[in-house]
Amino acid sequence: MAFESLTEKLQNVFKSLKSKGRLTEADVKTALKEVKLALLEADVNFKVVKQFIRSVEERAVGQDVMNGLNPGQMVIKIVNEEMINLMGSETCELEFQPGKAITVIMMCGLQGAGKTTTAAKIAGKLKLKGKKCLLVGCDIYRPAAIKQLEINASKQEVDMFSMGDSHKASDIAAAAMAHAEKNGHNIVIIDTAGRLQIDDDMMKELTDIKERVNVHQTLLVVDAMTGQEAVNVADTFNKKVGIDGVILSKMDGDARGGAALSIKAVTDKPIIYVGMGEKLSDLEQFHPDRMANRILGMGDVLTLIEKAQENLDIDEDRDKETLRKLKKGKFDFEDYLESMNQMKKMGGLSSILGMMPGMGMGGLKAGDIESQIDDKKLSRVEAIILSMTKEERHDPSLLNPSRKHRIAKGAGVDIAEVNRFIKQFEQSKKMMKQLPGMMGGFGGKKGRFKLPF
Amino acid sequence: MEENLINEEINEEEITEEEVKEEEIKEEDIKEEKKGGFFRRLVKGLTKTRDSIVGGFEDLFTASEIDEDFYDEIEEILIMSDAGMEASEEIIEELKERVKQRHVKKTDECRELLKEVMTESLMKNPPDYPYEEKRSVILVVGVNGAGKTTTVGKLALKLKDQGKKTMIVAADTFRAAAVEQLNVWADRAGVDFIKCNEGQDPASVVYDAMQAAKARNTDAVICDTAGRLHNKKNLMNELEKITRIINREHPDAYVETLLVLDGATGQNAISQAREFLNASKVTGVVITKLDGTAKGGIAFAIQNSLSIPVKYIGVGEAIDDLQKFDAKDFVDALFDKSTEEEDVNA
Ligand SMILES: Nc1nc2c(ncn2[C@@H]2O[C@H](COP(=O)(O)OP(=O)(O)OP(=O)(O)O)[C@@H](O)[C@H]2O)c(=O)[nH]1
Ligand SMILES: [Mg+2]
Repeated sequence: MAFESLTEKLQNVFKSLKSKGRLTEADVKTALKEVKLALLEADVNFKVVKQFIRSVEERAVGQDVMNGLNPGQMVIKIVNEEMINLMGSETCELEFQPGKAITVIMMCGLQGAGKTTTAAKIAGKLKLKGKKCLLVGCDIYRPAAIKQLEINASKQEVDMFSMGDSHKASDIAAAAMAHAEKNGHNIVIIDTAGRLQIDDDMMKELTDIKERVNVHQTLLVVDAMTGQEAVNVADTFNKKVGIDGVILSKMDGDARGGAALSIKAVTDKPIIYVGMGEKLSDLEQFHPDRMANRILGMGDVLTLIEKAQENLDIDEDRDKETLRKLKKGKFDFEDYLESMNQMKKMGGLSSILGMMPGMGMGGLKAGDIESQIDDKKLSRVEAIILSMTKEERHDPSLLNPSRKHRIAKGAGVDIAEVNRFIKQFEQSKKMMKQLPGMMGGFGGKKGRFKLPF
Repeated sequence: MEENLINEEINEEEITEEEVKEEEIKEEDIKEEKKGGFFRRLVKGLTKTRDSIVGGFEDLFTASEIDEDFYDEIEEILIMSDAGMEASEEIIEELKERVKQRHVKKTDECRELLKEVMTESLMKNPPDYPYEEKRSVILVVGVNGAGKTTTVGKLALKLKDQGKKTMIVAADTFRAAAVEQLNVWADRAGVDFIKCNEGQDPASVVYDAMQAAKARNTDAVICDTAGRLHNKKNLMNELEKITRIINREHPDAYVETLLVLDGATGQNAISQAREFLNASKVTGVVITKLDGTAKGGIAFAIQNSLSIPVKYIGVGEAIDDLQKFDAKDFVDALFDKSTEEEDVNA
């Protein structure tokens, strides 16, 4: 949605960050301002955002900027790590009672959150694990709610227990337990009516059920599209009824799902599943890292960070050497090739250019370069260099017309393309000499990230 | 079920001694009391909304100097109501402008000014209700669980009470028991009901319904549709098709498309509105579940980014818990000091 503009905004902001080596307070603040906007756009609760930003700021100021990243990206890296920390670092499972004991699961949540569908999805999932499930219809208010559960139960081929809509929910739940014991079910899933967390009578209905029946897992179902209210909802359900886990529904939509972060922050209860569609099989394990990624909405920057990390093993001395050569104008075709390979590891030039903040510097626009050089063209360039002899690669001045002809033939390109490339190479070399600042813009002081021309 | 709820409420809270004797006259009485209950629920509902916003605003309008912190705090409160960054900023900018124009110096004088700005921002597209005058088809759309079916039931009663021959069409052929659910609402409202079989093509249901409406001389046809997430291409295409069929098969009818948004929805509401607008030319928005703590700030966000008027708000689960949207009342309610003491955010 606001994705392109966000990336654009980030680029402009990051361009102005000046940290060398260590993150300065000013740079961290500037970058975090953008992060704050992104999180609010994703519906993370305002207070949660404020608190989160404060803690990241504390952690980030003074940190070393990792090789291959600029200060802005370094801040994002820390933000991402902190978000994953907050979300819980691993996926969670439902807990079952030992042996033959019955595990009782109770669904709860606001109206329209997706409880009934989710109850049936869970039953299907546990059935696959060899459990014998009983779905219990305790929504005595919404028209046809029990019928809906009944239809879903039969689609999932699991048993269903209901007593119509004229008994109290807690009575139905208690009767369901007796039924389960008699019929050898080891999982009981109680579907309850949607309710507002401020409706005390309705909230009491849930605690009544819990008093009558030993509920092991109370699961709160929350719509992934929920806005700022998610904290109040989760907090109140947790305080009044007590929840053990959360399920985020409708995650197959395009909501960024900031509610997940808010809920985790106020309840510290694990998110167990995410609903990924209307089909009764569309229930997936929750992955904190993916969720953090989605909420932050900076997937491209995160990919770059990840790749930079992978690239850390590349010999740093060679980098410095290249940089030195570049600055002295001694950069040759061999270096070019090497840089190009490094580039490729990071995902191709055009994708990287798009991610690079600071491309607007020195009169060069990302768009210009990108239009000039696409990945296909790069592979032809590679072919050209590979068709050169070792001597030619080290000494571009050797390239006379007959050598160029041979190279063109070897690379399977037109002679004109060879000429153009060589000319461009010389020009770029000159430009790089004039623009040492650009290197800083790309990779900070220890910049291992460089343009191959 | 629903009736039981209402009865209970009446018994417990509302019936004073003088009223007890009236209990015999059941139908009339319930209708009367439901009205009372409705009003109380509405006030209560909006009070909840009010509490939360005013809870923040209250401390703001003390007679101190206007500074950036003051504006920041207003912005924070607006964002906390789901108004979104853009709409909030726009409101603040406008407020600043007027503060300058009118030489306002103290924060307490800003109260009315802010109300004014907020009301105006909600009135960019004032609601109209052409289907109250013309023969109409009203298509009700939205994401899963937003409150479409309930809204259809509520709206059917409203139009029937205006003396219109009203019909409800069940075009949700997908969700389990959706038809049964709507059938209950049609009975409650006491209007005609056209149903379908589960799995039948919803477009063909709508086609049949249009023929029936013409034959029966129906004034208002209200079509419930299956919940669909706005990023599902095929489902949005299906909606487009339904819209086409309505226009083609009932060319004399005025067509209203109401998008139902859950009041607790965050910024995704804008994305929803945009996609539904594309697929079926949405002409009005209904914001539901405002009897909860959700503040419905998306009303500002929607007004700010798309030109669709908000036409109704849902303030409860009973059949008369649907209110026409009034920007001034809405904003007033957000500001007026609540009579209730309970702090919902505690
Ligand atoms: N508190 C409250 N609940 C509401 C309101 N409107 C609808 N609901 C409840 O929200 C839940 C979902 O409403 P439905 O009308 O079934 O929603 P829907 O959009 O038709 O749902 P699907 O057809 O499943 O996509 C039900 O439990 C309704 O009673 C409202 O204004 N306030
Ligand atoms: Mg429905």
